[in-house]
Amino acid sequence: MNAHAPLPGAAGGPVLRQERGQRAVFCGLTGIVWLHRKIQDAFFLVVGSRTCAHLIQSAAGVMIFSEPRFATAIIDERDLAGLADANEELDRVVRRLLERRPDIRLLFLVGSCPSEVIKLDLGRAAERLSHRVAPGVRVLSYSGSGIETTFTQGEDACLAALVPGLPPEAAGAPAPLLVAGALADVVEDQFARLFAALGIPVRFLPGRRAAEQPPVGPGTRFLLAQPFLADTARALEARGAVRLAAPFPLGEEGTTLWLRAAAEAFGVAPERFEAVTAPGRARARASLARQRALIAGRRVFFFPDSQLEVPLARFLARELGAALLEVGTPYLHRQHLAEELRLLPDGTVVSEGQSLDDQLDRCRAVRPDIAVCGLGLANPLEAEGVTTKWSIELLFTPIQGYDQAGDLAELFARPLNRRTRLEV
Amino acid sequence: MQLTVWTYEGPPHIGAMRVATAMRGLHYVLHAPQGDTYADLLFTMIERRDARPPVTYTTFQAQDLGRDTAEIFKNAVREAYARFRPEAMIVGASCTAELIQDDPGGLARALDLPIPVVPLELPAYQKKENWGASETFYRLVRALARPPAGRAPGARPDRAPGARPTCNILGPTALGFRHRDDLREVQDLVGRLGIGVNVVAPLGASPSDLGRLGEADFNVVLYPEVARSAAQWLERTFGQPLVDVVPIGVKATVAFVEAVAAAAGVDPGPVLAGAPSRLPWYTRSVDSTYLTGKRVFVFGDATHALAAARVARSELGFTVVGLGTYGREFAREVRAEAQSHGIEALITDDYLDVEAAIAACQPELVLGTQMERHVAKRLGIPCAVISAPMHVQDFPARHSPQMGFEGANVLFDAFVHPLMMGLEEHLLAMFRDDPEFHDGVAPSHLGGQPRPEPAAAPAPAPAAITVAWAADAEKELRKIPFFVRGKARHNTERFARERSLPLITLETLYDAKAHFSR
Repeated sequence: MNAHAPLPGAAGGPVLRQERGQRAVFCGLTGIVWLHRKIQDAFFLVVGSRTCAHLIQSAAGVMIFSEPRFATAIIDERDLAGLADANEELDRVVRRLLERRPDIRLLFLVGSCPSEVIKLDLGRAAERLSHRVAPGVRVLSYSGSGIETTFTQGEDACLAALVPGLPPEAAGAPAPLLVAGALADVVEDQFARLFAALGIPVRFLPGRRAAEQPPVGPGTRFLLAQPFLADTARALEARGAVRLAAPFPLGEEGTTLWLRAAAEAFGVAPERFEAVTAPGRARARASLARQRALIAGRRVFFFPDSQLEVPLARFLARELGAALLEVGTPYLHRQHLAEELRLLPDGTVVSEGQSLDDQLDRCRAVRPDIAVCGLGLANPLEAEGVTTKWSIELLFTPIQGYDQAGDLAELFARPLNRRTRLEV
Repeated sequence: MQLTVWTYEGPPHIGAMRVATAMRGLHYVLHAPQGDTYADLLFTMIERRDARPPVTYTTFQAQDLGRDTAEIFKNAVREAYARFRPEAMIVGASCTAELIQDDPGGLARALDLPIPVVPLELPAYQKKENWGASETFYRLVRALARPPAGRAPGARPDRAPGARPTCNILGPTALGFRHRDDLREVQDLVGRLGIGVNVVAPLGASPSDLGRLGEADFNVVLYPEVARSAAQWLERTFGQPLVDVVPIGVKATVAFVEAVAAAAGVDPGPVLAGAPSRLPWYTRSVDSTYLTGKRVFVFGDATHALAAARVARSELGFTVVGLGTYGREFAREVRAEAQSHGIEALITDDYLDVEAAIAACQPELVLGTQMERHVAKRLGIPCAVISAPMHVQDFPARHSPQMGFEGANVLFDAFVHPLMMGLEEHLLAMFRDDPEFHDGVAPSHLGGQPRPEPAAAPAPAPAAITVAWAADAEKELRKIPFFVRGKARHNTERFARERSLPLITLETLYDAKAHFSR
C-alpha cells in the first residue's frame, strides 16, 4: 500500500505535476446518481444540508421519478444547537422512510461535509439501525463529503462499505475472480461471457441486488474495473483478497491486458486466451478504425474529474492517435495506475489536483482541439470556441470492453463531428 | 432533521449566486468545501449560460481543516480581485463553511480592497434560496444606492414638468422561472406607457447601475420574493413608491398597467385598448366549455401560485381544489387567497406533505413545480409547471413569458395542453372497450402511453372504518372516466363511512353521486 511510490518518471515516461487551488469537481455524493440504478433495492439517505439535497436533485431531478431511491435528511438548527438528539432524529427519519418504502433491502447512510464537520457518527448509527430493522433491511454508511471525496470516490467509499459484509468464500470450491467497480449491466454481461469462455468463474461487486453480493476471502483474486477504487481495494485486501495488477479495460488494448491479467492468474492457456479474445479484438479494431480518422492528431486537454483521465488518455493516444496536451486527474493512485502510466507516451504531462483559473489559462494558451471537462466549464469553453467533451457522461455510458471501444471513441468524436455539421 | 425527498429551494448561497450571476461587474467569493461548485452547473447547464458564474470558491478539503482555512479564504479574495477586477464584491459562506466560522466579512475587510466589499450573513440551516437572493439584493442596494444629487433624503422624487417619468424594474435574476421573457414583456408595457426604464436589477445591472437606483420616480417589483425588501428600503430611504402588482394573467396585467400608469401619472388607455391578449377569446370559445369546473391543485412559489390560482378560477373557469406555497414569507397572502376559493392553504416545504395533499383531493390537473411532476407521474395526473424549481426544459429557446398579455397566451396553452381534449374525453366516457382510446392511456396528443391506476390515497387513513366494495359497484366505478374516478371513489367511500355502511353497493355509488353533485 504505497500510493506514493516513485514513478518510472526520470528516464522517459510521463511528467507528474501537483497543483493546489480552486477545484471545479463534484463531491462523492454524486456517485448516488448511478449507484442507485445499479443496486436495485438499495436506498441512499444523505445526512447533510440543503446544499447536499440540492446537488443531487440538480443532477438527477431532470428524470421524473415516481419513486426515487435517494433522499436527504437535512440537518437543521435544532440538530446543530444540540436541542435535538441527532441520533434520535436520524432514527425517526429512517423509520418514516422505511414505512414509505417497504421494498428497500439495503440502506446507505451517506455522510456529507456538514455531518463530517459536526462529527456525527454515522457508522455507529448504521450499526444501531441495522439491529433495529434486521433482518429485512441492512444499514451501512459511507462518506460522500466533498472535503474527503471527489466525484467517483463516492463509489469507492460505497463499495468499500459493502466489503466487510460480503459473505466468506465457500470452503472447498476454488474462489471465483472478483471484478470490482459498478459497470453497465450490458458490459457486465459481456465480461461474464468472456470469463466463462476462458473458464474463469467470476463475480461482480456490487451485485445488482442487496442479497446478491459476491463472496470474498483469502483465496480471492480481484480485478479493478475502475481506477478510482483505492479504499475498496484496501478493504478487499484486508479480507485477504489479492489484486491483479492491470491497466483498465478501456479500448482494445486495455481490455486485452485486463483480461490477460486474470487469464494468467487463473492459468488459462495462451492459445485459449487468443481464441476467446480474437473475435472481440477484431471487432474493436474495426470500429476504432472508423473513429481514428476523426481523432488522430487531435490535441486533447483533460481537466480533472473522475480519475478515469489517465486510462482515457492512454486509449486516445495509443489506439486513436490523439496528442495529449495535459492530463488532469483529481487524485493519482500511483500503484493502481502504474500499468497505465507505463503505457502513456513519454513526456505526457499528468497533473494531479487543480488550480482552476491557472489551468484554464493553460488551456486557453494551448487551444486544444478538444477539452474534456465538467459541465461547469463546458458551455463557457464552447462559447470561447473550444470544443469540449463533458466528462461526466463517461461515468454513465457503457465504455468498457471490446464491444464498447467504438462507442467510447465516438463519445470523443461526436463533438468534433458536430462542429463540422453545424452551419449556423 | 427533516426527511427531504426533493427540496423546493436550494440553500441561501444559491440565492446570492443568482443575484451575482445576473449582474455584471460583481464578483462573489464563497467560502465552501470542494464539490459546492456543482452550483455552476445550474447556470451553465440548466440556464445554458455561456460564461462561468462570477464566483470564486475556496473549495477547502479535509486536510485544510487542520490548517488555516481563514488564510485560504483571504487568498481567494485577493486572487479573485486581482484576476477579475470587479466593481464590487460580495463575500460569504456556504453551509459547511458556516460551521467552521471563519467570518468572511471581517477577513475581507482586513484586506482593505479599493472596492466596496459587501459581507453576506446567510444562515444556511434556517433560511433558503429565495431569502438568500432577497437578502443579497437588499444588502447590495443598501450598500451601493446613492440618493440622487440635490434631493433631500426621504423626499419623494420631484419630476421637472414635461420630463418623462422613469422607473426601476426590480426582481429578475439568473435562474428565475421565465425571468428573461417576463422582463421583455414588462419593458414593452412600460415603454408603451411612455415611461423610461432607469435601471433593471439585478438582471443585467452593474454595481454602478445600483448606485443610480435613486434617480427613478418609482420602482416596479416583478418578483416580491427577490425584490420586495430592497424596494421597501428604497421607498423608506429615497421616497420612491413601489408597484408590486404581479402581471401574470389578463386581469393582473390590466391591474399592473393601471397601477404603473397611476404611479407615473400617465394614461393607461392606449395600452389596454383593443384585445391585447388572445386568452379571453380562447377561453370563451365553445371548445373551452369542457374546462369548466376542472379540479386543479396549485403549488409553487407564492408569486406564481397566487397568480395561477387566480387565472385558473377567473380566466379559465377551473375549480381550485388545492393551493399552497413553499415560501413561508408569503404565507399570509396565500392563506387569504385560498380562503377566497373556500379551501385551506397548504404552507409547507415538505414534498411528502404536498404529495399527500394532492392524493387526498384527487385533482384533474396539477399546476406546480418540477417536484409536482414526480407526484403527478406517480398518481397518473396531468401536470404543468408554473414555478421554480424547474429543470432545463423550462428554460426554453422560444419566447415564453408568464407575464403580460403574451404571458397570458402562454398560460392558456400550458394549462390546457396536458388535459385530455374534449371529444376524446366524451368518447372515453361513452365507450369503454376501445383497444386504442381507453382510459388506461394518457391523452392521445401526448403519446398515449399507459398510465398507472391512481394509487389509493396514502392519506392518513383513520383505519377505524374500512369500507368494502361490492363487485358490481366496483365494476360500475370503472365506467367513470379515469380523471374523475379517483374523486368518485374517494367521495363514495367518505359517503359510506359517514353513514357507517359496511358495503358499497351500486345504490350507494349513485346515492353518493347524487349527494355530492353540484
